[in-house]
Amino acid sequence: MKEIALHLLDMAENSISAQAHTVHVSVTENFRTDRLSVSVEDDGCGMTEEIVRQVIDPFYTSRTTRKIGLGIPLLKEQAETCNGKMNIISKPGAGTKIEASFQHSHIDRMPLGNLPTTFLALEVTHPEIHWIFTYTYQPPFSSSPRTFEFDDQPIKETLDGVPLTHPNVIAYLRHTLEEGFAEARK
Amino acid sequence: MPTIKSLEELKKIRDEALKKRDIKTTSARVQIVVGMGTPGIAAGARDTLKEFLTFIEEKNLTDVVVRQTGNFGLDSMEPVVQVIIDDAKPVTYGKVTPFAARQIMEEHVTGGTVVQANVIPS
Repeated sequence: MKEIALHLLDMAENSISAQAHTVHVSVTENFRTDRLSVSVEDDGCGMTEEIVRQVIDPFYTSRTTRKIGLGIPLLKEQAETCNGKMNIISKPGAGTKIEASFQHSHIDRMPLGNLPTTFLALEVTHPEIHWIFTYTYQPPFSSSPRTFEFDDQPIKETLDGVPLTHPNVIAYLRHTLEEGFAEARK
Repeated sequence: MPTIKSLEELKKIRDEALKKRDIKTTSARVQIVVGMGTPGIAAGARDTLKEFLTFIEEKNLTDVVVRQTGNFGLDSMEPVVQVIIDDAKPVTYGKVTPFAARQIMEEHVTGGTVVQANVIPS
């Protein structure tokens, strides 16, 4: 994985494997505290403590108990290399939240990558999932953080059955996501 | 705080799409399934998917649906993409770079000729 955005994509796919209905993907760039934090939270089937341990262990391979591959151990490794950490909070039947943080300025930190494209890919190809994307940008000197939140519920209600892969809808979503991020980063 | 700009704009898109759909058939003619397991993502499946979406947007194709699935189990051939047109047998493609994605859209989806160079025989 070359980008943090790709890890997010991977984590979101795990949420879908866990039969989630709602998935909340959040990214915060804080230049005041020099942190970059990301999280993926779902209401899927959740995991027991035992399974969480196995998911983190890169040498545990039995695919019968879980569907997750090397993505999680690699993310943990990356975060810890960059003075950060990764954490999984999960409860069977309630859902899972995976958080990872990095020192923003760390030389080994992966680039954040293309978030609008990543979110567009998730949005368009998993219409059955309720997606919420949040991006927060805290500049070093200005007082308040700027947040871009994208909740697809009103969009889906408005569309009334028109597919998300309709060319004009793709264009609409792409513009909304790209402009939202650009606005928050300005 | 910037939020979704205008749902009004989206309503217009919806109404236009629904109007056209009355005349044409309702179901999608083409399904494109992109493998987005960890190996697929690591091999660049996101940018492949983006290329499919860009093509649909550019050429204004209303009868194509793009979906994702997990691991196809063909890790060395990632990104793997399956193209299903009407009731024909699905065609599985391997090593689908954004360039190959465009080729598939032009030659297979719009032209009707399978892109042999990328086909994974099944």
